[in-house]
Amino acid sequence: MPEAKESHPLVELTLTRIREFLREKEAVFWVFVFPVLMTFALGIAFRNTAPDKTSVAIEAGDAKATETASLLSRSPEITAIVLSADEAARALRSGKVAIIVKPVDNRFEYRFDPTRPESRAARLLVDDVLQRGKGRADVVNVGEARITEPGARYVDFLVPGLIGMNMMGSGLWGLGFTVVIARSRKILKRFAATPMRRSHYLLSFMLSRLVFLVLEVAAVIIFASLAFGFTVRGSWLSVALTTILGGFTFSGIGLLVAARPTTIEGVSGLMNFIMLPMWLLSGTFFSSERFPQILQPFIQALPLTALNNVLRALMNEGASLSSNWIPIAILLLWCIVSFVVALKIFKWQ
Amino acid sequence: MTAVNGLDLEVFSGECFGLLGPNGAGKTTTVEILEGLTPSDEGTVEILGERWGKGDDRALRERLGVQLQETQLADKVTVVETLRLFRSFYQRGHDVDEVIHTVALEEKRNARVGKLSGGQRQRLAVACALVSDPELLFLDEPTTGLDPQARLSLWDIVEKFRAGGGTILLTTHYMEEASRLCDRVAIMDHGKVIALGTPAELIESLGADQIVEFSVTKELAEDALQRLPAVTHLHKRDGDYSLTVSEIGVALPALLAEIEQQQSEIVTLTTHQATLEDVFVSLTGRMLRDA
Repeated sequence: MPEAKESHPLVELTLTRIREFLREKEAVFWVFVFPVLMTFALGIAFRNTAPDKTSVAIEAGDAKATETASLLSRSPEITAIVLSADEAARALRSGKVAIIVKPVDNRFEYRFDPTRPESRAARLLVDDVLQRGKGRADVVNVGEARITEPGARYVDFLVPGLIGMNMMGSGLWGLGFTVVIARSRKILKRFAATPMRRSHYLLSFMLSRLVFLVLEVAAVIIFASLAFGFTVRGSWLSVALTTILGGFTFSGIGLLVAARPTTIEGVSGLMNFIMLPMWLLSGTFFSSERFPQILQPFIQALPLTALNNVLRALMNEGASLSSNWIPIAILLLWCIVSFVVALKIFKWQ
Repeated sequence: MTAVNGLDLEVFSGECFGLLGPNGAGKTTTVEILEGLTPSDEGTVEILGERWGKGDDRALRERLGVQLQETQLADKVTVVETLRLFRSFYQRGHDVDEVIHTVALEEKRNARVGKLSGGQRQRLAVACALVSDPELLFLDEPTTGLDPQARLSLWDIVEKFRAGGGTILLTTHYMEEASRLCDRVAIMDHGKVIALGTPAELIESLGADQIVEFSVTKELAEDALQRLPAVTHLHKRDGDYSLTVSEIGVALPALLAEIEQQQSEIVTLTTHQATLEDVFVSLTGRMLRDA
């Protein structure tokens, strides 16, 4: 016998999304495991230990070489090795040493590449040690205060960026592929033949993304705090609200990208076209401020730049949401516009 | 491109109506126009007293059950989950387990769609159409590609729905399917209806009840064959002859005598009751399957 409605279509659609995702092992890997591995790898590669010693090659020639090496080695910041002319040149080329010192009679010759920052620093350091060793005295007294501020390390900069980038990736790939596969398998057409509300279908993607977002962001933050002592300085509530907004925004963009294509190849190309500029420009691995001034209005308007900026301000500086209203407004705009346009141009068959 | 042109059909409430025709005849386009999935350039379509785009399309969809020709439901979701999803789209409808029972998928209730056989998937597709307890059920080539066993079990489901008072519009390119399930059949070719009636009426319209198919060693004079008693129609194709005859007892001895007369010999000879396939052949000169 016909009976009353059982559960809400939005609930069933969202549950279906979640089931489909969790039963796809590869997807789970790329969304949860991969970002953690990436945080680990980059965190290790750029970890802030005591500054590395500067490697210096002394070109072998006469007895002065060994003498110079021992003089330089007195400095705690220098590792000096004596190498033949050939070896030294090779070591400089490959970046193993920052500078070559060649003792010639009573003077020294420095060989280095001035375009390499570490070589310029090495030149100053080596020169200072050698001059002092040869009797130069300081003219004025100076004092030093060394500051290592938490939240200012590279890994602290990196984690919010990785979270942002990951949210973009999983939003676009996750949604884009699922929608296009459903279209190519005529599932969308089948849904269009039911009284299902079309907005419910699109909203179910956003809601299911939300569920995974919490896990996805938590995985990276928890890992980074355990492995690298990463701390969130701002309020957790602000971070949560921002990630929700970011998740919705990239789901909306994902839907927009998937609104028309009928093949996986088609949607992949489109997604790369959209994501590539943001990978490069939006300041995931280094600050987007480094790009020329003329590009800045464009860069700041990108959703990933906006998300990364808000996340960094909240996590690293402990800023408040209200002081970041501009990037938040940018995200909100992207979110609403992409969802509305996606709903409008969406092709069901 | 025009896939369907000048189609004028009426499906009565409570009947099973079949669109029979070869691939590319325009059956799917016709059905999708009726389902409100493809807009028609011209003409009017009225479904259960409503028109697409004129009133409340969603309310109309509540009353329809649809199985599309090529839908592949999501692989990772189970049978019961799929049906719950489809059930949630409708205000009223059947209990999910009731429908699972109707299509005999109880054993596969918690199996993923990807693990089902072709026949089981097709029964699930029909179950998704039945879960809303529709007044009108659209089935687009429901048994294409299924083995005979799977086809029979799908026919059972359709007959049960029909016995419960439901209306069905079915497309097929299997004439056995059309003659077994349908009260009335429209034969389509190149986007047009070329014959319409009950399967019995259509076969009767051949003016014959038997078909004699044969091949011979030496080609025969066709006009002599056509003049044979009780022969109403001759069709020749690649050296195979097909005679439509009204009385087999009269036509067959005369045919044998004629073959001998023309100094030819029989290689093969079969006779069978006329079917919808023969109707199609006599109307188009082509076989349904290779049209």
